[in-house]
Amino acid sequence: MGDILVYVLHNEGAFNKNSLGGVSEGARLASELGGECHAVVVGGDDLTDDLCATIGAFGATKVFRAEGPEGLAQPVIDVMAKVIDDGGHSYALFGGGLLGFEIGAGLAARKHAGVTMEVTAVRVEDGKLVAERPILQDSSISESRYRGDLGVIIGRLNAFEAREEAGKTAAVETVSVEYSPWSLKATMVQRGEQRGADVNIEDADILVAGGRGLGKAEGFQLCEELAGAFAGGAVAATRAVVDAGWYPYAAQIGQTGKTVAPKLYLAAGISGAIQHKVGMQNSENIVAINKDANAPIFEFSDLGIVGDLNKILPKLTDAVKAKRGG
Amino acid sequence: MKICVLVKEVPDAAVEKRIDASTGRMDRSGEKNLNPFDTHAIEAAMQIKEGGAAEVEEVVAVTMGPDSAVRALHKAVSLGADRSVHLADESLAGSDVAATGYALAQALRRESPDLVLLGQQSDDGECYTIGAVVADHLQMPSLTQVIKIDQEEGKLRCERQAEYGYDTVSVELPAVISVGDAINEPRYPSLKAIMGAKKKPLDKLGAGDAEIDGGMVGADGSRVECGSFKAPPQKEAGQIIEDEDTEETVQQIVAWLDERKLI
Repeated sequence: MGDILVYVLHNEGAFNKNSLGGVSEGARLASELGGECHAVVVGGDDLTDDLCATIGAFGATKVFRAEGPEGLAQPVIDVMAKVIDDGGHSYALFGGGLLGFEIGAGLAARKHAGVTMEVTAVRVEDGKLVAERPILQDSSISESRYRGDLGVIIGRLNAFEAREEAGKTAAVETVSVEYSPWSLKATMVQRGEQRGADVNIEDADILVAGGRGLGKAEGFQLCEELAGAFAGGAVAATRAVVDAGWYPYAAQIGQTGKTVAPKLYLAAGISGAIQHKVGMQNSENIVAINKDANAPIFEFSDLGIVGDLNKILPKLTDAVKAKRGG
Repeated sequence: MKICVLVKEVPDAAVEKRIDASTGRMDRSGEKNLNPFDTHAIEAAMQIKEGGAAEVEEVVAVTMGPDSAVRALHKAVSLGADRSVHLADESLAGSDVAATGYALAQALRRESPDLVLLGQQSDDGECYTIGAVVADHLQMPSLTQVIKIDQEEGKLRCERQAEYGYDTVSVELPAVISVGDAINEPRYPSLKAIMGAKKKPLDKLGAGDAEIDGGMVGADGSRVECGSFKAPPQKEAGQIIEDEDTEETVQQIVAWLDERKLI
Protein backbone atom coordinates (compact mmCIF):
# COMPACT_ATOMS: atom_id res chain seq x y z
CA MET A 1 0.00 0.00 0.00
CA GLY A 2 1.05 3.54 -0.57
CA ASP A 3 3.02 2.90 -3.74
CA ILE A 4 2.97 5.60 -6.39
CA LEU A 5 3.40 4.96 -10.11
CA VAL A 6 4.80 7.80 -12.22
CA TYR A 7 4.81 7.94 -16.02
CA VAL A 8 8.09 9.11 -17.52
CA LEU A 9 8.02 10.49 -21.04
CA HIS A 10 11.00 9.68 -23.24
CA ASN A 11 12.30 11.13 -26.48
CA GLU A 12 15.52 10.31 -28.30
CA GLY A 13 17.56 9.07 -25.36
CA ALA A 14 16.40 11.62 -22.81
CA PHE A 15 13.64 11.69 -20.21
CA ASN A 16 11.32 14.65 -19.89
CA LYS A 17 12.25 17.11 -17.16
CA ASN A 18 8.66 17.46 -15.95
CA SER A 19 8.27 13.70 -15.76
CA LEU A 20 11.43 13.46 -13.66
CA GLY A 21 9.99 16.17 -11.42
CA GLY A 22 6.97 13.88 -11.04
CA VAL A 23 9.28 11.04 -9.99
CA SER A 24 10.95 13.20 -7.32
CA GLU A 25 7.55 14.31 -6.02
CA GLY A 26 6.25 10.73 -6.11
CA ALA A 27 9.28 9.53 -4.14
CA ARG A 28 8.80 12.20 -1.49
CA LEU A 29 5.10 11.40 -1.09
CA ALA A 30 5.57 7.61 -1.20
CA SER A 31 8.12 7.73 1.62
CA GLU A 32 5.62 9.65 3.74
CA LEU A 33 2.94 7.08 2.90
CA GLY A 34 5.30 4.22 3.71
CA GLY A 35 5.44 3.03 0.12
CA GLU A 36 7.70 3.22 -2.90
CA CYS A 37 7.79 5.29 -6.05
CA HIS A 38 7.90 3.34 -9.30
CA ALA A 39 8.28 4.68 -12.80
CA VAL A 40 6.82 3.41 -16.05
CA VAL A 41 8.35 3.94 -19.50
CA VAL A 42 7.06 2.87 -22.89
CA GLY A 43 9.13 2.87 -26.07
CA GLY A 44 11.56 1.01 -28.25
CA ASP A 45 15.07 -0.47 -28.07
CA ASP A 46 16.64 2.82 -27.06
CA LEU A 47 15.09 2.39 -23.61
CA THR A 48 18.09 0.38 -22.47
CA ASP A 49 18.55 -1.08 -18.98
CA ASP A 50 21.23 1.50 -18.23
CA LEU A 51 19.11 4.42 -19.35
CA CYS A 52 16.01 3.27 -17.45
CA ALA A 53 18.06 2.65 -14.29
CA THR A 54 19.05 6.34 -14.19
CA ILE A 55 15.48 7.24 -13.18
CA GLY A 56 16.52 5.86 -9.80
CA ALA A 57 18.57 9.00 -9.25
CA PHE A 58 15.29 10.92 -9.03
CA GLY A 59 13.83 8.61 -6.40
CA ALA A 60 12.21 5.68 -8.18
CA THR A 61 13.09 2.25 -6.76
CA LYS A 62 11.79 0.35 -9.75
CA VAL A 63 11.21 1.12 -13.42
CA PHE A 64 8.63 -0.83 -15.40
CA ARG A 65 9.52 -0.86 -19.07
CA ALA A 66 7.18 -1.91 -21.86
CA GLU A 67 7.83 -2.09 -25.54
CA GLY A 68 5.34 0.03 -27.42
CA PRO A 69 4.74 3.08 -29.57
CA GLU A 70 6.08 6.36 -28.22
CA GLY A 71 4.38 9.71 -28.00
CA LEU A 72 0.80 8.38 -27.86
CA ALA A 73 -1.35 8.15 -24.75
CA GLN A 74 -3.49 5.07 -25.12
CA PRO A 75 -0.76 2.39 -25.19
CA VAL A 76 0.57 3.89 -21.95
CA ILE A 77 -2.88 3.60 -20.37
CA ASP A 78 -2.79 -0.13 -21.12
CA VAL A 79 0.69 -0.48 -19.59
CA MET A 80 -0.11 1.51 -16.46
CA ALA A 81 -3.41 -0.32 -15.93
CA LYS A 82 -1.54 -3.63 -16.10
CA VAL A 83 1.23 -2.53 -13.74
CA ILE A 84 -1.35 -1.19 -11.25
CA ASP A 85 -3.45 -4.37 -11.50
CA ASP A 86 -0.37 -6.44 -10.69
CA GLY A 87 1.23 -4.11 -8.17
CA GLY A 88 -1.71 -2.47 -6.39
CA HIS A 89 -0.40 1.07 -6.60
CA SER A 90 -2.51 3.59 -4.69
CA TYR A 91 -1.76 6.60 -6.89
CA ALA A 92 -0.70 7.39 -10.44
CA LEU A 93 1.19 10.66 -10.85
CA PHE A 94 2.08 12.71 -13.92
CA GLY A 95 4.54 15.57 -13.96
CA GLY A 96 2.56 17.71 -16.37
CA GLY A 97 2.47 18.04 -20.11
CA LEU A 98 0.01 17.13 -22.82
CA LEU A 99 0.44 13.34 -22.76
CA GLY A 100 0.09 13.25 -18.98
CA PHE A 101 -3.37 14.79 -19.28
CA GLU A 102 -4.49 12.23 -21.83
CA ILE A 103 -3.00 9.22 -20.09
CA GLY A 104 -4.15 10.27 -16.62
CA ALA A 105 -7.73 10.91 -17.72
CA GLY A 106 -7.92 7.69 -19.73
CA LEU A 107 -6.46 5.71 -16.83
CA ALA A 108 -9.07 7.21 -14.48
CA ALA A 109 -11.79 6.05 -16.88
CA ARG A 110 -10.29 2.56 -17.15
CA LYS A 111 -9.84 2.09 -13.40
CA HIS A 112 -12.88 4.08 -12.21
CA ALA A 113 -10.54 6.36 -10.35
CA GLY A 114 -10.72 10.00 -9.37
CA VAL A 115 -8.53 12.39 -11.33
CA THR A 116 -7.29 15.90 -10.61
CA MET A 117 -5.38 17.92 -13.18
CA GLU A 118 -3.30 21.11 -13.10
CA VAL A 119 -2.16 20.14 -9.60
CA THR A 120 0.37 22.52 -8.05
CA ALA A 121 0.92 20.89 -4.64
CA VAL A 122 0.32 17.51 -2.99
CA ARG A 123 0.47 16.62 0.69
CA VAL A 124 -0.15 13.62 2.90
CA GLU A 125 -3.07 13.80 5.31
CA ASP A 126 -4.31 10.85 7.38
CA GLY A 127 -2.30 8.45 5.25
CA LYS A 128 -3.81 9.72 1.99
CA LEU A 129 -2.86 12.23 -0.62
CA VAL A 130 -4.58 15.59 -0.93
CA ALA A 131 -4.02 17.43 -4.22
CA GLU A 132 -4.26 21.21 -4.56
CA ARG A 133 -5.42 22.67 -7.79
CA PRO A 134 -5.84 26.35 -8.64
CA ILE A 135 -9.12 27.03 -10.45
CA LEU A 136 -10.95 29.96 -12.04
CA GLN A 137 -7.83 31.56 -13.52
CA ASP A 138 -5.93 30.84 -10.29
CA SER A 139 -8.31 32.94 -8.18
CA SER A 140 -9.11 30.03 -5.88
CA ILE A 141 -7.47 26.77 -4.83
CA SER A 142 -9.52 23.59 -4.66
CA GLU A 143 -8.42 20.50 -2.72
CA SER A 144 -9.07 17.01 -4.03
CA ARG A 145 -9.45 13.95 -1.86
CA TYR A 146 -9.76 10.52 -3.39
CA ARG A 147 -12.15 7.64 -2.87
CA GLY A 148 -11.59 4.11 -4.10
CA ASP A 149 -8.42 2.15 -4.74
CA LEU A 150 -6.64 4.54 -7.06
CA GLY A 151 -6.18 8.29 -7.29
CA VAL A 152 -4.77 10.02 -10.37
CA ILE A 153 -2.79 13.24 -10.01
CA ILE A 154 -1.76 15.27 -13.05
CA GLY A 155 0.67 18.04 -12.20
CA ARG A 156 0.80 21.45 -13.75
CA LEU A 157 3.87 22.14 -15.85
CA ASN A 158 6.90 22.87 -13.63
CA ALA A 159 4.91 22.20 -10.45
CA PHE A 160 7.29 19.46 -9.29
CA GLU A 161 11.01 19.99 -9.15
CA ALA A 162 13.33 17.22 -10.33
CA ARG A 163 15.80 16.43 -7.55
CA GLU A 164 18.70 14.24 -8.58
CA GLU A 165 20.81 12.12 -6.27
CA ALA A 166 23.72 11.06 -8.45
CA GLY A 167 24.66 7.42 -8.41
CA LYS A 168 21.34 5.99 -7.25
CA THR A 169 19.82 3.55 -9.72
CA ALA A 170 16.50 1.76 -10.02
CA ALA A 171 15.78 -1.89 -10.74
CA VAL A 172 14.42 -2.33 -14.25
CA GLU A 173 11.61 -4.77 -14.94
CA THR A 174 10.25 -5.52 -18.39
CA VAL A 175 6.48 -5.88 -18.59
CA SER A 176 4.75 -7.50 -21.50
CA VAL A 177 1.40 -6.00 -22.30
CA GLU A 178 -1.32 -7.04 -24.65
CA TYR A 179 -2.44 -3.74 -26.06
CA SER A 180 -6.13 -2.94 -26.41
CA PRO A 181 -7.15 -3.02 -30.08
CA TRP A 182 -8.16 0.66 -30.04
CA SER A 183 -4.81 1.67 -28.51
CA LEU A 184 -3.05 0.66 -31.71
CA LYS A 185 -5.47 2.44 -34.05
CA ALA A 186 -3.65 5.72 -33.69
CA THR A 187 -0.16 5.59 -35.17
CA MET A 188 2.63 8.15 -35.15
CA VAL A 189 3.53 9.29 -38.66
CA GLN A 190 6.05 11.91 -37.61
CA ARG A 191 7.06 12.98 -34.12
CA GLY A 192 8.48 16.26 -32.88
CA GLU A 193 8.70 18.14 -36.16
CA GLN A 194 10.25 21.57 -35.71
CA ARG A 195 8.59 24.34 -37.66
CA GLY A 196 10.14 27.66 -38.42
CA ALA A 197 13.55 28.99 -37.51
CA ASP A 198 15.54 27.70 -34.56
CA VAL A 199 15.78 30.51 -32.05
CA ASN A 200 17.19 30.53 -28.54
CA ILE A 201 14.95 32.18 -25.98
CA GLU A 202 16.02 30.31 -22.87
CA ASP A 203 19.28 32.19 -22.37
CA ALA A 204 17.95 35.70 -23.03
CA ASP A 205 17.87 38.19 -20.15
CA ILE A 206 15.16 40.22 -21.83
CA LEU A 207 12.23 38.67 -23.65
CA VAL A 208 9.62 40.53 -25.64
CA ALA A 209 6.74 38.12 -26.13
CA GLY A 210 3.92 38.54 -28.61
CA GLY A 211 0.41 37.12 -28.61
CA ARG A 212 -2.75 37.28 -30.63
CA GLY A 213 -3.20 40.94 -29.71
CA LEU A 214 -0.48 41.75 -32.24
CA GLY A 215 -3.24 41.29 -34.80
CA LYS A 216 -1.16 39.74 -37.56
CA ALA A 217 2.18 38.04 -38.22
CA GLU A 218 3.74 41.35 -39.21
CA GLY A 219 3.03 42.59 -35.68
CA PHE A 220 6.07 40.61 -34.55
CA GLN A 221 8.25 43.18 -36.27
CA LEU A 222 7.36 45.58 -33.45
CA CYS A 223 8.47 42.96 -30.91
CA GLU A 224 11.72 42.29 -32.77
CA GLU A 225 12.54 45.97 -32.95
CA LEU A 226 11.92 46.42 -29.24
CA ALA A 227 13.93 43.29 -28.34
CA GLY A 228 16.75 44.58 -30.54
CA ALA A 229 16.81 47.86 -28.65
CA PHE A 230 17.77 46.08 -25.42
CA ALA A 231 21.09 44.36 -24.80
CA GLY A 232 20.50 40.60 -24.93
CA GLY A 233 16.87 40.82 -26.00
CA ALA A 234 15.01 38.07 -27.83
CA VAL A 235 11.44 37.47 -29.02
CA ALA A 236 9.06 34.82 -27.71
CA ALA A 237 5.50 33.88 -28.64
CA THR A 238 2.31 32.27 -27.37
CA ARG A 239 0.98 28.97 -28.58
CA ALA A 240 -1.94 30.59 -30.39
CA VAL A 241 0.28 32.62 -32.69
CA VAL A 242 2.75 29.77 -33.24
CA ASP A 243 -0.10 27.48 -34.28
CA ALA A 244 -1.33 30.27 -36.54
CA GLY A 245 2.10 30.27 -38.20
CA TRP A 246 3.04 33.82 -37.16
CA TYR A 247 6.23 32.83 -35.34
CA PRO A 248 8.49 29.74 -35.04
CA TYR A 249 7.71 26.95 -32.60
CA ALA A 250 11.16 27.24 -31.00
CA ALA A 251 10.09 30.62 -29.59
CA GLN A 252 6.96 29.28 -27.91
CA ILE A 253 6.38 29.74 -24.17
CA GLY A 254 4.14 27.56 -22.05
CA GLN A 255 2.47 24.17 -21.80
CA THR A 256 3.96 22.53 -24.89
CA GLY A 257 6.72 25.08 -25.37
CA LYS A 258 9.58 26.43 -23.31
CA THR A 259 9.78 27.56 -19.74
CA VAL A 260 11.69 30.78 -19.17
CA ALA A 261 12.66 33.04 -16.29
CA PRO A 262 14.36 36.12 -17.76
CA LYS A 263 15.15 39.35 -15.90
CA LEU A 264 12.44 41.08 -17.92
CA TYR A 265 9.44 39.53 -19.63
CA LEU A 266 7.54 42.06 -21.68
CA ALA A 267 4.23 40.64 -22.89
CA ALA A 268 2.61 42.41 -25.83
CA GLY A 269 -0.96 41.51 -26.73
CA ILE A 270 -0.97 38.41 -24.50
CA SER A 271 -4.08 37.76 -22.42
CA GLY A 272 -2.27 35.50 -19.95
CA ALA A 273 -3.98 32.10 -20.16
CA ILE A 274 -2.81 29.50 -17.63
CA GLN A 275 -1.07 27.46 -20.35
CA HIS A 276 1.10 30.49 -21.07
CA LYS A 277 1.50 31.60 -17.47
CA VAL A 278 3.05 28.30 -16.39
CA GLY A 279 5.93 28.91 -18.79
CA MET A 280 6.90 32.42 -17.67
CA GLN A 281 5.56 33.17 -14.20
CA ASN A 282 9.01 32.93 -12.60
CA SER A 283 10.34 35.83 -14.64
CA GLU A 284 11.93 38.46 -12.38
CA ASN A 285 9.97 41.37 -13.81
CA ILE A 286 6.79 41.09 -15.86
CA VAL A 287 5.53 44.00 -17.92
CA ALA A 288 2.28 43.58 -19.87
CA ILE A 289 0.77 45.71 -22.59
CA ASN A 290 -2.81 44.85 -23.50
CA LYS A 291 -5.78 46.86 -24.64
CA ASP A 292 -8.17 44.79 -22.52
CA ALA A 293 -8.09 46.09 -18.94
CA ASN A 294 -9.60 42.78 -17.78
CA ALA A 295 -6.88 40.57 -19.31
CA PRO A 296 -5.75 37.99 -16.71
CA ILE A 297 -2.11 38.88 -17.35
CA PHE A 298 -2.55 42.11 -15.40
CA GLU A 299 -3.17 40.02 -12.31
CA PHE A 300 0.39 38.71 -12.30
CA SER A 301 2.34 41.47 -13.99
CA ASP A 302 4.49 43.93 -12.08
CA LEU A 303 3.73 46.73 -14.48
CA GLY A 304 0.64 46.71 -16.64
CA ILE A 305 -0.14 49.12 -19.44
CA VAL A 306 -3.68 49.29 -20.73
CA GLY A 307 -3.36 50.62 -24.23
CA ASP A 308 -2.74 50.06 -27.92
CA LEU A 309 0.52 48.21 -28.49
CA ASN A 310 0.77 49.55 -32.03
CA LYS A 311 1.14 53.03 -30.55
CA ILE A 312 3.22 52.10 -27.52
CA LEU A 313 5.79 49.61 -28.86
CA PRO A 314 7.41 51.85 -31.53
CA LYS A 315 7.72 54.75 -29.11
CA LEU A 316 9.05 52.47 -26.39
CA THR A 317 11.64 51.09 -28.83
CA ASP A 318 12.83 54.63 -29.61
CA ALA A 319 12.91 55.58 -25.93
CA VAL A 320 14.92 52.50 -24.94
CA LYS A 321 17.39 53.16 -27.78
CA ALA A 322 17.72 56.79 -26.70
CA LYS A 323 18.27 55.79 -23.09
CA ARG A 324 20.98 53.28 -23.99
CA GLY A 325 22.59 55.62 -26.48
CA GLY A 326 22.64 58.42 -23.93
CA MET B 1 -20.45 9.12 -41.78
CA LYS B 2 -22.00 10.44 -38.61
CA ILE B 3 -20.27 13.06 -36.52
CA CYS B 4 -21.20 13.81 -32.93
CA VAL B 5 -19.93 17.05 -31.41
CA LEU B 6 -19.78 17.37 -27.63
CA VAL B 7 -20.76 20.83 -26.47
CA LYS B 8 -21.16 22.44 -23.12
CA GLU B 9 -22.73 25.55 -21.78
CA VAL B 10 -20.46 27.73 -19.69
CA PRO B 11 -20.90 30.99 -17.84
CA ASP B 12 -20.44 33.91 -20.16
CA ALA B 13 -16.91 35.28 -19.93
CA ALA B 14 -18.40 38.60 -18.89
CA VAL B 15 -19.98 37.10 -15.77
CA GLU B 16 -17.84 36.78 -12.68
CA LYS B 17 -17.41 33.12 -11.78
CA ARG B 18 -17.60 31.84 -8.27
CA ILE B 19 -17.73 28.63 -6.28
CA ASP B 20 -20.75 27.91 -4.13
CA ALA B 21 -19.06 27.37 -0.77
CA SER B 22 -21.88 25.16 0.58
CA THR B 23 -21.68 22.58 -2.21
CA GLY B 24 -18.17 23.06 -3.53
CA ARG B 25 -19.55 23.27 -7.04
CA MET B 26 -19.29 26.00 -9.59
CA ASP B 27 -22.15 28.44 -9.34
CA ARG B 28 -23.48 28.10 -12.86
CA SER B 29 -26.24 30.66 -12.60
CA GLY B 30 -25.64 33.88 -14.46
CA GLU B 31 -25.53 34.31 -18.20
CA LYS B 32 -24.76 31.13 -20.11
CA ASN B 33 -23.24 30.59 -23.47
CA LEU B 34 -21.81 27.87 -25.66
CA ASN B 35 -18.24 27.06 -24.63
CA PRO B 36 -16.23 29.18 -27.09
CA PHE B 37 -13.81 26.28 -27.65
CA ASP B 38 -16.72 24.08 -28.78
CA THR B 39 -17.49 26.35 -31.71
CA HIS B 40 -14.18 25.21 -33.23
CA ALA B 41 -15.31 21.58 -32.94
CA ILE B 42 -18.61 22.34 -34.67
CA GLU B 43 -16.78 24.25 -37.38
CA ALA B 44 -14.41 21.29 -37.87
CA ALA B 45 -17.44 19.01 -38.30
CA MET B 46 -18.98 21.40 -40.82
CA GLN B 47 -15.75 21.61 -42.79
CA ILE B 48 -15.57 17.81 -42.99
CA LYS B 49 -19.22 17.75 -44.09
CA GLU B 50 -18.75 20.48 -46.68
CA GLY B 51 -15.31 19.30 -47.77
CA GLY B 52 -16.77 16.42 -49.70
CA ALA B 53 -13.95 13.92 -49.02
CA ALA B 54 -16.45 11.82 -47.06
CA GLU B 55 -20.20 11.86 -47.13
CA VAL B 56 -21.48 13.10 -43.80
CA GLU B 57 -25.10 12.11 -43.21
CA GLU B 58 -25.49 13.90 -39.96
CA VAL B 59 -23.84 16.21 -37.45
CA VAL B 60 -25.32 15.76 -33.98
CA ALA B 61 -24.63 18.08 -31.04
CA VAL B 62 -24.58 16.31 -27.67
CA THR B 63 -24.54 17.89 -24.24
CA MET B 64 -25.05 17.00 -20.61
CA GLY B 65 -26.39 19.53 -18.17
CA PRO B 66 -29.43 21.17 -16.62
CA ASP B 67 -32.39 22.51 -18.61
CA SER B 68 -30.58 25.73 -19.46
CA ALA B 69 -28.02 23.71 -21.46
CA VAL B 70 -30.59 23.65 -24.26
CA ARG B 71 -29.32 27.09 -25.21
CA ALA B 72 -25.87 25.69 -25.99
CA LEU B 73 -27.54 23.10 -28.21
CA HIS B 74 -29.54 25.78 -30.02
CA LYS B 75 -26.33 27.68 -30.66
CA ALA B 76 -24.66 24.48 -31.93
CA VAL B 77 -27.55 23.81 -34.27
CA SER B 78 -27.50 27.41 -35.52
CA LEU B 79 -23.84 26.83 -36.41
CA GLY B 80 -24.76 23.85 -38.56
CA ALA B 81 -25.55 20.74 -36.50
CA ASP B 82 -28.56 18.82 -37.87
CA ARG B 83 -30.04 17.86 -34.53
CA SER B 84 -29.12 17.60 -30.88
CA VAL B 85 -29.20 15.32 -27.86
CA HIS B 86 -29.60 16.62 -24.33
CA LEU B 87 -28.61 14.29 -21.50
CA ALA B 88 -30.23 15.65 -18.37
CA ASP B 89 -30.87 13.91 -15.09
CA GLU B 90 -30.89 14.92 -11.46
CA SER B 91 -28.65 11.95 -10.69
CA LEU B 92 -25.85 13.41 -12.83
CA ALA B 93 -25.43 16.59 -10.81
CA GLY B 94 -22.06 16.84 -9.10
CA SER B 95 -20.33 14.39 -11.45
CA ASP B 96 -16.54 14.80 -11.67
CA VAL B 97 -14.60 14.61 -14.94
CA ALA B 98 -14.41 10.81 -14.98
CA ALA B 99 -18.13 10.47 -14.21
CA THR B 100 -19.13 13.13 -16.75
CA GLY B 101 -17.05 11.45 -19.44
CA TYR B 102 -18.66 8.10 -18.64
CA ALA B 103 -22.19 9.54 -18.86
CA LEU B 104 -21.41 11.30 -22.15
CA ALA B 105 -19.93 8.08 -23.52
CA GLN B 106 -23.18 6.28 -22.67
CA ALA B 107 -25.19 8.94 -24.52
CA LEU B 108 -22.82 8.71 -27.50
CA ARG B 109 -23.04 4.93 -27.59
CA ARG B 110 -26.71 5.21 -28.64
CA GLU B 111 -25.68 7.28 -31.63
CA SER B 112 -22.86 5.00 -32.88
CA PRO B 113 -20.87 7.91 -34.29
CA ASP B 114 -17.98 7.47 -36.72
CA LEU B 115 -16.32 10.53 -35.26
CA VAL B 116 -16.69 12.37 -31.97
CA LEU B 117 -15.35 15.91 -31.95
CA LEU B 118 -14.95 18.22 -28.98
CA GLY B 119 -13.25 21.47 -28.05
CA GLN B 120 -9.83 21.44 -26.46
CA GLN B 121 -11.00 22.55 -23.07
CA SER B 122 -13.99 24.17 -21.56
CA ASP B 123 -13.85 27.75 -20.50
CA ASP B 124 -15.01 27.14 -16.94
CA GLY B 125 -14.28 24.14 -14.72
CA GLU B 126 -11.93 21.58 -16.19
CA CYS B 127 -12.22 19.03 -18.93
CA TYR B 128 -8.90 19.37 -20.70
CA THR B 129 -9.32 15.68 -20.43
CA ILE B 130 -12.90 14.72 -21.17
CA GLY B 131 -12.03 13.38 -24.64
CA ALA B 132 -9.61 10.82 -23.20
CA VAL B 133 -12.24 9.60 -20.73
CA VAL B 134 -14.92 9.30 -23.40
CA ALA B 135 -12.53 7.47 -25.75
CA ASP B 136 -11.58 4.86 -23.17
CA HIS B 137 -15.24 4.06 -22.45
CA LEU B 138 -16.10 3.89 -26.15
CA GLN B 139 -12.91 1.93 -26.85
CA MET B 140 -11.92 4.29 -29.63
CA PRO B 141 -8.56 5.82 -30.50
CA SER B 142 -8.24 9.40 -29.37
CA LEU B 143 -6.10 12.48 -29.76
CA THR B 144 -6.41 15.92 -28.15
CA GLN B 145 -5.41 19.43 -29.23
CA VAL B 146 -5.55 18.64 -32.91
CA ILE B 147 -5.00 21.68 -35.14
CA LYS B 148 -5.26 20.09 -38.58
CA ILE B 149 -7.40 17.22 -39.85
CA ASP B 150 -6.99 15.66 -43.29
CA GLN B 151 -9.20 12.81 -44.38
CA GLU B 152 -7.83 9.56 -45.70
CA GLU B 153 -9.67 6.34 -46.46
CA GLY B 154 -11.26 5.35 -43.12
CA LYS B 155 -8.68 7.40 -41.28
CA LEU B 156 -7.88 10.91 -40.23
CA ARG B 157 -4.42 12.38 -40.52
CA CYS B 158 -4.12 14.74 -37.56
CA GLU B 159 -1.51 17.26 -36.57
CA ARG B 160 -0.91 18.63 -33.13
CA GLN B 161 1.71 20.29 -31.04
CA ALA B 162 3.13 18.07 -28.30
CA GLU B 163 6.13 18.10 -25.96
CA TYR B 164 8.83 17.96 -28.61
CA GLY B 165 7.30 19.82 -31.56
CA TYR B 166 4.57 18.98 -34.05
CA ASP B 167 3.33 15.40 -34.24
CA THR B 168 1.47 13.92 -37.18
CA VAL B 169 -0.75 11.02 -36.14
CA SER B 170 -2.89 8.76 -38.29
CA VAL B 171 -6.11 7.81 -36.48
CA GLU B 172 -8.50 5.08 -37.62
CA LEU B 173 -12.23 5.76 -37.42
CA PRO B 174 -14.31 5.63 -35.34
CA ALA B 175 -12.34 8.01 -33.13
CA VAL B 176 -12.59 10.77 -30.53
CA ILE B 177 -10.75 13.96 -31.51
CA SER B 178 -10.39 17.11 -29.40
CA VAL B 179 -9.54 20.11 -31.53
CA GLY B 180 -7.44 23.12 -30.60
CA ASP B 181 -8.64 26.63 -31.30
CA ALA B 182 -6.03 27.13 -34.02
CA ILE B 183 -7.80 24.57 -36.23
CA ASN B 184 -10.22 27.03 -37.80
CA GLU B 185 -12.10 30.31 -37.58
CA PRO B 186 -15.67 29.46 -36.56
CA ARG B 187 -18.37 30.99 -38.74
CA TYR B 188 -21.09 33.24 -37.40
CA PRO B 189 -24.60 31.84 -37.54
CA SER B 190 -26.97 33.51 -39.98
CA LEU B 191 -30.09 35.15 -38.61
CA LYS B 192 -32.14 32.52 -40.43
CA ALA B 193 -30.15 29.72 -38.77
CA ILE B 194 -30.62 31.29 -35.35
CA MET B 195 -34.36 31.62 -35.91
CA GLY B 196 -34.60 28.06 -37.23
CA ALA B 197 -32.49 26.45 -34.48
CA LYS B 198 -35.40 25.75 -32.16
CA LYS B 199 -37.22 23.83 -34.89
CA LYS B 200 -34.47 21.24 -35.39
CA PRO B 201 -35.02 17.89 -33.60
CA LEU B 202 -33.84 17.69 -29.99
CA ASP B 203 -33.86 14.42 -28.07
CA LYS B 204 -33.92 14.64 -24.32
CA LEU B 205 -32.38 11.66 -22.56
CA GLY B 206 -32.57 10.62 -18.95
CA ALA B 207 -29.93 8.51 -17.21
CA GLY B 208 -32.08 5.43 -17.72
CA ASP B 209 -32.43 6.04 -21.47
CA ALA B 210 -28.66 6.05 -21.80
CA GLU B 211 -28.34 3.00 -19.52
CA ILE B 212 -26.16 4.91 -17.13
CA ASP B 213 -25.05 3.02 -14.03
CA GLY B 214 -26.12 5.25 -11.13
CA GLY B 215 -23.12 4.13 -9.09
CA MET B 216 -20.76 5.69 -11.61
CA VAL B 217 -22.18 9.23 -11.68
CA GLY B 218 -23.24 12.14 -9.51
CA ALA B 219 -21.46 13.30 -6.40
CA ASP B 220 -21.67 9.81 -4.87
CA GLY B 221 -20.36 8.02 -7.96
CA SER B 222 -17.44 10.40 -8.35
CA ARG B 223 -14.12 9.24 -6.97
CA VAL B 224 -12.72 12.64 -6.27
CA GLU B 225 -14.09 15.08 -3.74
CA CYS B 226 -13.33 18.74 -4.23
CA GLY B 227 -13.60 21.10 -1.36
CA SER B 228 -11.89 23.39 1.14
CA PHE B 229 -11.58 26.22 -1.31
CA LYS B 230 -9.04 28.78 -0.31
CA ALA B 231 -7.54 31.86 -1.82
CA PRO B 232 -4.08 31.38 -3.33
CA PRO B 233 -1.17 33.41 -2.01
CA GLN B 234 -1.72 36.66 -3.84
CA LYS B 235 1.10 38.27 -5.67
CA GLU B 236 1.14 41.92 -4.77
CA ALA B 237 -0.87 43.77 -7.37
CA GLY B 238 1.34 45.43 -9.93
CA GLN B 239 1.23 49.03 -11.00
CA ILE B 240 -1.24 49.78 -13.79
CA ILE B 241 -0.92 52.61 -16.28
CA GLU B 242 -3.86 53.56 -18.48
CA ASP B 243 -2.37 54.87 -21.68
CA GLU B 244 -3.79 58.28 -22.43
CA ASP B 245 -0.72 60.22 -23.56
CA THR B 246 1.61 57.66 -25.13
CA GLU B 247 4.73 59.87 -24.83
CA GLU B 248 4.13 60.11 -21.11
CA THR B 249 3.28 56.42 -20.77
CA VAL B 250 6.54 55.46 -22.48
CA GLN B 251 8.54 57.76 -20.20
CA GLN B 252 6.91 56.05 -17.21
CA ILE B 253 7.79 52.60 -18.56
CA VAL B 254 11.39 53.60 -19.23
CA ALA B 255 11.72 55.08 -15.73
CA TRP B 256 10.29 51.89 -14.25
CA LEU B 257 12.71 49.72 -16.25
CA ASP B 258 15.63 52.00 -15.47
CA GLU B 259 14.91 51.86 -11.74
CA ARG B 260 15.30 48.08 -11.96
CA LYS B 261 18.44 48.37 -14.11
CA LEU B 262 16.79 46.56 -17.00
CA ILE B 263 17.91 48.94 -19.72
